[in-house]
Amino acid sequence: MEHYHMNLNLKVWRQKNSNTKGDFKTYQVKNISSEMSFLEMFDVLNEQLITEGEEPVAFDHDCREGICGMCSMYINGKPHGPWQANTTCQLHMRAFKDGDTIVVEPWRANAFPVIKDLTVNRSAFDRIIQAGGYISVNTGNAVDGNALPINKDNADNSFAAAMCIGCGACVAACKNSSAMLFLSAKVSHLALLPQGEPERKSRVMNMVAQMDKEGFGACTNTGACEATCPKEISLTNIARLNSEYLGASLSADK
Amino acid sequence: MGLTGISLVLFLIVHAGINACIFADLVDPDENGAMFNKAAHFMGSTVLIRIMEIGLFAGILLHIFQGYLLTLENKQKRAVGYAVTYKDGSKWYSRSMGLLGTLILIFLILHLYHFWVSARFTHQGLDPVTYNGIEMHNMFALMKATFSEWWIIAVYSAGCISLAYHLAHGFQSAFRTLGVYNNRYTLMLTSIGYAYSIIIALVFILMPVSFKMGWIG
Repeated sequence: MEHYHMNLNLKVWRQKNSNTKGDFKTYQVKNISSEMSFLEMFDVLNEQLITEGEEPVAFDHDCREGICGMCSMYINGKPHGPWQANTTCQLHMRAFKDGDTIVVEPWRANAFPVIKDLTVNRSAFDRIIQAGGYISVNTGNAVDGNALPINKDNADNSFAAAMCIGCGACVAACKNSSAMLFLSAKVSHLALLPQGEPERKSRVMNMVAQMDKEGFGACTNTGACEATCPKEISLTNIARLNSEYLGASLSADK
Repeated sequence: MGLTGISLVLFLIVHAGINACIFADLVDPDENGAMFNKAAHFMGSTVLIRIMEIGLFAGILLHIFQGYLLTLENKQKRAVGYAVTYKDGSKWYSRSMGLLGTLILIFLILHLYHFWVSARFTHQGLDPVTYNGIEMHNMFALMKATFSEWWIIAVYSAGCISLAYHLAHGFQSAFRTLGVYNNRYTLMLTSIGYAYSIIIALVFILMPVSFKMGWIG
């Protein structure tokens, strides 16, 4: 693969805190290597800003290997940037060329208020998980892996849903700011396994209620979430969630 | 949204089927709309169907109300919008259901004024015609008269094209909303949805065009 260096114009959203109105600021970064990651390019920008006596750009990141779900930039009109099935930290600068202007925005949704610059508060997702995204078991020795027979298809589908890293790209991509892909992944992950069975109905009811309370929009099945999801969580999960919810509403005890 | 949508999908099949009786003229030029007029008379004079008509209007109104409520509520969930919007991940018509629905509503008002108001209330432009001693409205002649102007044909075609795109998303989305997630069925339903959208729109567009071009009537 060809290695090259580039100069870029960055149009970055700057916002002091959640109470102030933000706006775009334009910065130039020079001599960026095509082998850098997108976040490394931001590290270069921040060092440049610090040297110039300006406030560095706040952005979320943690593992920088695509598994933690912390990074959250909306790059050139797509969450996590132009590549498919990819997180911002795994986006590399070879996706861009010399002279490009890159527009970087935070996730935008009322349920994800901006904390500062590109950092948003995604604790709404934590509260949805707290509402039912768990199983209640007494602790003790780990049980034998094969003690509980699980259908292979269910195990595979459950695992595929469990891939969700809770980054919130689905909400950012959705024109309705809906969290249905996230919620459906969490509900499917447990509903497909025998361990999730005891709390199956109350889980879906409580988690949907919490999602609505957090101020996410309603799903209209446009599919933008699936297209941008770094873990390729399938839209099928949303239909499964609807089925789980319908079943639980008709048959739940309360 | 999904339930009312599916009920309207079913209605459109009946509507297109009954109206397609006008094409009996193609086979028998002396027909002059007799089959269609009789079918329209049956629909207008049968008590059970008139009761279903009330249900239909309730369904349409509910669908419109739900649609606007959904669109407005969802719009409010993102107070600060993006500078660059994300378009590649979804089809334009799946994001424009509110707009397409509004275009269909405008068309629907004109359409109801042309035919439904005339048939049920004002009888404007309706001549009587008698088959086997039973007098009924000559709806076929009213269609012919209405579809004599190009602008009406253009508005009807635009309405039907909006309907096709609305259905192309709405059909499969309705089943997802109702919880159909078996991949074999979703693929089948999506395919049926596309075919249904195109066929329904084509059949309806062919009606005014056939009158204007003189293929029937």
